[in-house]
Amino acid sequence: MTKRPTSFTLGGRTYSPAASLLLATPFILVMILAFLLPLFTLLHESLSVPKFNLDNYARVFDQEVYLRVMLRTLRISALVTIAALLLGYPLAWLIARSRGLLLGLLLIAVLLPLWTSVLVRTYAWLVLLQRNGVVNQILTALGLVDAPVQFLYTEGAVVLAMSHVLLPFMVLPLYAALRGIPDDYMRAAQVLGAGGFAAFRHVVLPLTLPGVASGCLMVFLLALGFFVTPALVGGPQQMMLATLVQQQVTELLDWPFSGAIIGVLLAFVLCLVLIFNRLIRLDRFVGQV
Amino acid sequence: MRRRRTSSGIMTVSAVAYAVTVFLLLPTILIIPMSFGPDRYLHFPPNGFTLHWYAEFFADPEWVDSTLFSLRIAVLTMIVATVVGTLVSLALVRGRLPGKSLFELLVVGPVIVPNIALAIAMFLVFDRLRLTGTTVGFVVAHTALALPFVIFTLLASLYRFDADLERAALSCGAGPLRAFFHVTLPLIAPGVVSAALFAFIISFDEPVISFFISDLDHKSLPRKMFEDIDYNISPTLAAVATMLTGLTLLALTAGHFLRRGMSRS
Repeated sequence: MTKRPTSFTLGGRTYSPAASLLLATPFILVMILAFLLPLFTLLHESLSVPKFNLDNYARVFDQEVYLRVMLRTLRISALVTIAALLLGYPLAWLIARSRGLLLGLLLIAVLLPLWTSVLVRTYAWLVLLQRNGVVNQILTALGLVDAPVQFLYTEGAVVLAMSHVLLPFMVLPLYAALRGIPDDYMRAAQVLGAGGFAAFRHVVLPLTLPGVASGCLMVFLLALGFFVTPALVGGPQQMMLATLVQQQVTELLDWPFSGAIIGVLLAFVLCLVLIFNRLIRLDRFVGQV
Repeated sequence: MRRRRTSSGIMTVSAVAYAVTVFLLLPTILIIPMSFGPDRYLHFPPNGFTLHWYAEFFADPEWVDSTLFSLRIAVLTMIVATVVGTLVSLALVRGRLPGKSLFELLVVGPVIVPNIALAIAMFLVFDRLRLTGTTVGFVVAHTALALPFVIFTLLASLYRFDADLERAALSCGAGPLRAFFHVTLPLIAPGVVSAALFAFIISFDEPVISFFISDLDHKSLPRKMFEDIDYNISPTLAAVATMLTGLTLLALTAGHFLRRGMSRS
């Protein structure tokens, strides 16, 4: 969509403004009922109950418990983004170089996990990392450990499982960016005397920065609000923002305070999207010059 | 000298990439043989072969009911999201829609807003409107989640084909409806099929909103799985996981061949 800013008029205009609005009406109704009205109601609640002020928001930043959860959420999300970038870049690079059957197989390897239920993939990590799970079975059989190691309910396990679940969201934009670079560029750099790494650093890497940016943004945003995996693989000590909100809602029925936490999350997410959007556009501009 | 260093660099990166592929696939694949093992604690390799955990799944009304509930919601979401998405995509590409940039913002909304935020907000409003645990509530919620993916897919299809074909039909005397069903729809059919499959999988696997808008009697399959993973990890889950992975593979393959068949004909 961003690539063709004027293309909405490109295809000719079959429908009049009135007909267009009519076609868009079902979409508007769904978005009002399941998107605009709920978000508006929740944020309104956070600002107006019990009184119209910012008390609920002050509470989010006042108490150390909540601050700690927010900082942990930021830290885990950053770690997951870095891990996904380090793991995803080589894979995206390999896919971009592949042709034929190998290309198909590698793409399936990325798309199958992407479309497999998050619960299935989280469950797989629980089976692997349990006290009597597969990893401990192997470690014990090899004589590497005497007693089973506690993997679950640690921050490491949360970061590992989340990186695995979110990895496809990093690989796909990186692959799109790498595929867009003509082979000649790399060859030209090498003819001009750049070694493999120098050619990568000065030619390939700068050209893929928009892909890096959008992959990182995608993974970081998804990680910030991630519910399923941290709730199941982590324990109370690894509680992230989504689980905190869930507890406030299902156990304490504290809607106004939950709304304030969500409000903080939304403000942060919106800022990130705006900043990144500008960054990505700038990079594109530089890349074209 | 330089060439050898380059190629060894390439080999190292390739090796890392293949290792990442294994990391990506292995956890889910390991579950498959383990779901046929007889022990209450999953073993790898399994100590035998049994279909006991699959039988347990089909004998348990809670599993069967939640699966049927999720299937019904996913099929309805697929239909509603595809129809609603097609209409608005047509308006965006072929129409003169007032306030188009607002629409573009609204389309990406459910992707940018974290699912947990949407889920909590929907829980609050649906609870007041008595929509929790209802088919209507689930279908509306999942349609909103699926629409961005449906619309992106359809926009791509609509841009790819020549609008002159449509205009030719119109100038030859076909009405807008006739032009759509006889010219536009056949041409964008592969995109419509992909969009519908996306909507189905998004709804069927959706765990976060389902967690909050389910009630005691009406649970989606992901909500039921979440509870079981949290409280009693039984090997039945391994059977469910295996069947879901199979279903995803089936949907992806079906989508691939349907698209190929359609773009050929």
